[in-house]
Amino acid sequence: MARRLGLHQEVLQVNVWRGNASGGKHCHYEVPSLESQTILDVVTWIQRNLDPKLSYRFACRVGMCGTCAMMVNGKPRWTCRTHVRKVLDNNTLTIEPLRNLPVIKDLACDMSEFFDKWDRAQGRFHPSKTRSDDVVRIPPTSVHRTQVDAAIECINCAICYAACDVVQWNPDYLGPAALNRAWTLVNDVRDNNQTVRLRAVSSDAGCHNCHSHQSCTTYCPNEINPTASIAGLKRATAKATLSGKI
Amino acid sequence: MLKPHRHHPLWFAFIVHRLSGVCLALFLPAHFYVLGLALNNGESLDRFLHWTEHPLLRWVEFGLVFCLAVHMFGGVRLLALEFMPWSPKQKTFAALAAALSLLVACLFLLRAT
Amino acid sequence: MIGVRLYLAQRISAMIMAPLVLIHLVTIIYAVQGGLDAAEILSRTRGSVVWGALYALFVLTVSVHAAIGLRVVSHEWLKLRGTGLDVLTWVVGLGLMLLGGRAVVAVIM
Repeated sequence: MARRLGLHQEVLQVNVWRGNASGGKHCHYEVPSLESQTILDVVTWIQRNLDPKLSYRFACRVGMCGTCAMMVNGKPRWTCRTHVRKVLDNNTLTIEPLRNLPVIKDLACDMSEFFDKWDRAQGRFHPSKTRSDDVVRIPPTSVHRTQVDAAIECINCAICYAACDVVQWNPDYLGPAALNRAWTLVNDVRDNNQTVRLRAVSSDAGCHNCHSHQSCTTYCPNEINPTASIAGLKRATAKATLSGKI
Repeated sequence: MLKPHRHHPLWFAFIVHRLSGVCLALFLPAHFYVLGLALNNGESLDRFLHWTEHPLLRWVEFGLVFCLAVHMFGGVRLLALEFMPWSPKQKTFAALAAALSLLVACLFLLRAT
Repeated sequence: MIGVRLYLAQRISAMIMAPLVLIHLVTIIYAVQGGLDAAEILSRTRGSVVWGALYALFVLTVSVHAAIGLRVVSHEWLKLRGTGLDVLTWVVGLGLMLLGGRAVVAVIM
């Protein structure tokens, strides 16, 4: 039931969550529908034409940087690569900040906790060589390397984190992105911090709390499978525990 | 409860696994208590078993058998997911677990009535 | 709210229970025909070492499995934390073990 604004111009009904950490509400906007329009285009159009105070975050606009993720009609999406036509529900869009993260203002949320958890999951690379050593040769077909072919493509957009119900129910849980990162390093033969890492992901907030809902996998825009990475961590930590290594 | 991001088959598989698990955990003390009635030679156990012949209870038992089966078959899927090489057929496996469990529960109902 | 040790206890108990539950389901479907009565159940179980061992193993593993399962659910859905959560885990585990042990003694001895 698209209303018409001017001649032959279809209009989208858009609800955008406006507010800050202490609360907020949905504001209604009417946005002209365009060919090949993305959700980020819609948000940008509102800010440029209707309300310059609307806050949101984006950078590359081509699905590389991972900054523009938002909830669109209740599902986490990378807004720069999500076409309006594909997610429009009854000519309406509801755009909200990502779930499971504190809001700063409007559609921009505070990512601190998300990245702190990468640290807590020992997501940093600890080199085992110095600059005077030779570069380690890693065959692209080796088991460790192929296990993380997809996992290393993470762009830190926090869509998996927003999709994860375990994060919602157990806020200390490290979450799919941090654990997926840890799994890529567990498979990195150049890293020499493995015992510490396996211990870190085995804590009360670690990989064993994952229930394999696979919401992370369902919504990951880069088609990464964090559930499989977490299953890998479960196996690695179980083995290390049973053999007395951690 | 059913937020949009939860509308996918493997989330439903999770909620079935969790609710069936909770039902079984709540039923188990009663089940053990009733079996314990056999301590004094089966008479009070018989009285209880006689009481369970009420037709409505067939449906409760049907539910419990389904819970047990679906928690077990669904659990086997999760064990395979965690301890075996990744398979992309998780939705198929979850559907299979549900179908097998329904079959088992129906078989029970047919034999019980 | 579980670390690697509770996780292992949960999964190992599940692996042991899967075949036991399958046997239990077959027994239920076999035994339910013509209605249940105590004499029929007890004639199958009384004095049987095999049934005794299977049921004892089941009680042991299900107590561990249900205690950890309810621990996770209570943490996530009832927001139970800290000592309360530990108390709940132990009460469920030991309670089921005692009640289940009594049931095994009742149908086997």
